[in-house]
Amino acid sequence: MDILELTPLVEALIFAADGPIKAERMAEALELPLAEILAALDALAADYAESPRGFFLQQVAGGYQLRTRPEYADYLRKLGHSRPFRFSRPALETLAIIAYRQPVTRSEIEYLRGVDSGSVLKTLLEKRLLRILGKKDVPGKPMIYGTTREFLELFGLPDLSALPTLREFSELVPDQDNDDKSGALPLLVDEEIFADDSTGESRDSFSEYD
Amino acid sequence: MDSYAIQLDNFEGPLDLLLHLIKKNEMDIYDIPIAAITEQYLVTLDAMKNLNLDVAGEFLLMAATLLHIKSKMLLPKIVEEELEEDEEDPRAELVRRLLEYQKYKEVSQTLENQPQLGRDLFARAAPEPEVLEEAESGFIAVGLFDLLAALQDVLRESPEPFVHEVNMEQLSITDRINAILTLLQGQESMAFGDLFSGGIKRSEMIVTFLALLELVKLRMVRFMQNVRHGTIWIFPAVELGKVDELDVGEDSLGYS
Repeated sequence: MDILELTPLVEALIFAADGPIKAERMAEALELPLAEILAALDALAADYAESPRGFFLQQVAGGYQLRTRPEYADYLRKLGHSRPFRFSRPALETLAIIAYRQPVTRSEIEYLRGVDSGSVLKTLLEKRLLRILGKKDVPGKPMIYGTTREFLELFGLPDLSALPTLREFSELVPDQDNDDKSGALPLLVDEEIFADDSTGESRDSFSEYD
Repeated sequence: MDSYAIQLDNFEGPLDLLLHLIKKNEMDIYDIPIAAITEQYLVTLDAMKNLNLDVAGEFLLMAATLLHIKSKMLLPKIVEEELEEDEEDPRAELVRRLLEYQKYKEVSQTLENQPQLGRDLFARAAPEPEVLEEAESGFIAVGLFDLLAALQDVLRESPEPFVHEVNMEQLSITDRINAILTLLQGQESMAFGDLFSGGIKRSEMIVTFLALLELVKLRMVRFMQNVRHGTIWIFPAVELGKVDELDVGEDSLGYS
């Protein structure tokens, strides 16, 4: 099929799909070689990138999805039909450790974080960002955790190899969140947290935008 | 003393607090003055107690670790030459943990700043992620959480009676397994809820659920659903004719 014909057809498939749709699946549905689909996807992505559109083609969780441009986020949030969750620091730390070190057990996570992580793990499991991969064959048979495709979708990652590069440290880096206030000690109220989270909800779990 | 009255609950844990103290005092991570850091750490813990904050056990554990390292470093080195390589600096493990923790602390910030679906990016319709792998059959695999949610649903319909009565009831998982297999015989599938209908008791529900878990473990049935949060369907996974040969005795299941 001519790429000029195929590109809008591929666009239609992506538009109609419920979530990210795999190129392989489109090739199967259209009974066309994968290479042609990939070429059409490239053309489509370039098209969205160059022309003034409200959305773009994102490669995510092994598939493709149309998503609104980040610069319009404020306006879209005002529509109010979505309730994104906000990550607490424990949740983010735990998620990061699991994303990079999976498969990983709870005790390994807790050794790295230095704190009990049971409730954070539970919340992340309920949010379907984590899943139990199985049990480790060591005494006590601890469960091992990994991230889900929902995790990839949430952070807009094509796959795990697209995670931000983990910086190896041999030195300490300046604190962004604590040290900039060192001039104003004692600090009993963290302005940063309350400034953008007026609800002051528990930091142990996800709070949601209202 | 005042200088330690920092935003205490801003620390995720002892490692976070230690990192902060080391940075604030511009200490060399590879040569942490252990006496000084221990003192500051303990003062911070005191401040936390004064604020009536629950000092979590992890903070106390770290205090003990610091004191242990401190005492180790005070011990005289017996034979200098022998110490050279096989004995590690008592602080080494702590330093490794701090650097490792810092790595994930930093990357978690990077992740947070990543454009997130539902916060920065929006997809058409409410993105209810669908598992595409199983899409050709129209079914997706049921996860542990879905299964537990389904159990809670059926249990809710049969509330626990107020009076507790002790009676000898012979509920056998083996019997239940056989009953389920009999039910499944000649059927392509059956709904999860059907096994729990007909006003059966809570104890029977639990046994049924355990029987189902055993069947999955034995790979004799499979759970599938059409959509997330949809009806869970139970499919026989092996030819049911062969079931008789399987040893599903009570002992082999580990229940007694």
